[in-house]
Amino acid sequence: MRVSFTVNGRPQEADDVWEGESLLYVLRERLGLPGSKNACEQGECGSCTVRLDGVPVCSCLVAAGQVEGREVVTVEGLADYAKQRSCGDSCGTSLDEAKGWQAEGTDSQTGEGTELSPIQQAFIDAGAVQCGFCTPGLLVAADEMLERNPNPTDADIREALSGNLCRCTGYEKIMDAVRLAAARQGEAV
Amino acid sequence: MDFLRPASWEEALAAKAEHPTAVPIAGGTDVMVEINFDHRRPEYLMDLNRIGDLSEWEVGEDSVRLGASVPYSQIMESLRAELPGLALASHTVASPQIRNRGGVGGNLGTASPAGDAHPALLAAGAEVEAESVRGTRLIPIDEFYQGVKRNALAPDELIRAVHIKKADGPQQFSKVGTRNAMVIAVCAFGLALHPQTRTVRTGIGSAAPTPIRARAAEEFLNAALEEGGFWDNGKIITPSVARQFADLCSAACNPIDDVRGTASYRRHAVGVMARRTLTWTWESYRGTAARTEGVA
Ligand SMILES: Cc1cc2nc3c(=O)[nH]c(=O)nc-3n(C[C@H](O)[C@H](O)[C@H](O)COP(=O)(O)OP(=O)(O)OC[C@H]3O[C@@H](n4cnc5c(N)ncnc54)[C@H](O)[C@@H]3O)c2cc1C
Ligand code: FES
Ligand code: FES
Repeated sequence: MRVSFTVNGRPQEADDVWEGESLLYVLRERLGLPGSKNACEQGECGSCTVRLDGVPVCSCLVAAGQVEGREVVTVEGLADYAKQRSCGDSCGTSLDEAKGWQAEGTDSQTGEGTELSPIQQAFIDAGAVQCGFCTPGLLVAADEMLERNPNPTDADIREALSGNLCRCTGYEKIMDAVRLAAARQGEAV
Repeated sequence: MDFLRPASWEEALAAKAEHPTAVPIAGGTDVMVEINFDHRRPEYLMDLNRIGDLSEWEVGEDSVRLGASVPYSQIMESLRAELPGLALASHTVASPQIRNRGGVGGNLGTASPAGDAHPALLAAGAEVEAESVRGTRLIPIDEFYQGVKRNALAPDELIRAVHIKKADGPQQFSKVGTRNAMVIAVCAFGLALHPQTRTVRTGIGSAAPTPIRARAAEEFLNAALEEGGFWDNGKIITPSVARQFADLCSAACNPIDDVRGTASYRRHAVGVMARRTLTWTWESYRGTAARTEGVA
């Protein structure tokens, strides 16, 4: 079957989708968006977290056919998404910018040569990334929490990230990163 | 496999009548796990997400009519006052991502003895609104669970909503697991005080082939509270009464040994949770009673 939906602000179509296929599979294997990670395919790890009509969900548990006509934001679109949020409608995204997810860094240094969202920058600055497999899901989940709750307590952060597993960092640096992003967000206002 | 996308409830009922083997998918948090792991290859998958009515609820005089697909996160946010037991139980389900998708309709569809909504529904009192092209019926929650992962739905029926009694007193939910998130209950316990009828209702999860009520324990406690005039005098429940209630709750269990826990641990833990939830709810009832008296 064919599935048409919006990904990171752009209309997308996927063809020959098997009826039992997950949104995660469609994103990674059919649309060439491998940012959302596949680690468990059973909702346990959160590394596949995306926003579906704004709501954080495990894309491995959404059937592809269920997203017909709906809006998905993945980690690839997070920088644009955060930018639009911070300047409202006043700064529209140009077509080139909308294609920004393709504009990978021009060098091998993490985060250089490409625009990042504040939460992505905070993860780098706080050293919250080790192997990086859990990072995309954590970024999407943490960004959504900061949107809802600009001044989170540690308990709020833990709760919001309780569906995301990390096997490397021990979570302390991730906590630091989210606190840092929240503090910077506060300063910016 | 065919993917059915009914745009309305009527279309969904018609599709289910035509294809009784069609598997409805709401949040997908049970169905997709089975498909991803090749445990299930349904001939038809029927998406319920397009049916907006299923994600809505109505607060009535005595009960809440909760649409089958209202996600747990919405219940926690919007129905804490009317359905405190279910809101507490919802908060213990999995993770934010799962709670944003999964709901009570799916929990009832799966009818796992470990489903967290069940003890809360049993304790509050509820009826499942099942509908097919043949008509609508209300299934009392006590009759809904028929066996391990078997429920009372006919092949052509869908769950439209659950009618849950609005709380008329304090409610509690307690769950044993290895951590605070992403945990399937080792066992769980729901308790609701119903001051209007001067009764107490219970619900036990993961300690029998189906979710159950501890009826003998309820009857004992109802009689003991009546006899001692507790509902009126608001006294602390006698420790021996609480102990007997806990023992009867343990006795109601018919658990198994599995990877999550042994049968004897489950029986023990259910007793502990019964005593604790009774204490918590009764303290809260006494507090409210005292305040009302103070005002009068
Ligand atoms: C990682 C993870 C952790 C979990 N943790 C918990 C937990 O802690 N506690 C808990 O209780 N559950 C847990 N679950 C299980 C699951 O999230 C719940 O059972 C949830 O309530 C299912 O709802 P859903 O809408 O996603 O159901 P779906 O997966 O869409 O459907 C579940 C079943 O119900 C049927 N169904 C759905 N809607 C209807 C309807 N309207 N009429 C008739 N049949 C219907 C489906 O056909 C299917 O058989 C967990 C699942 C995952 C993946
Ligand atoms: S891959 Fe989806 S939660 Fe692990
Ligand atoms: S950085 Fe390796 S899993 Fe989190």
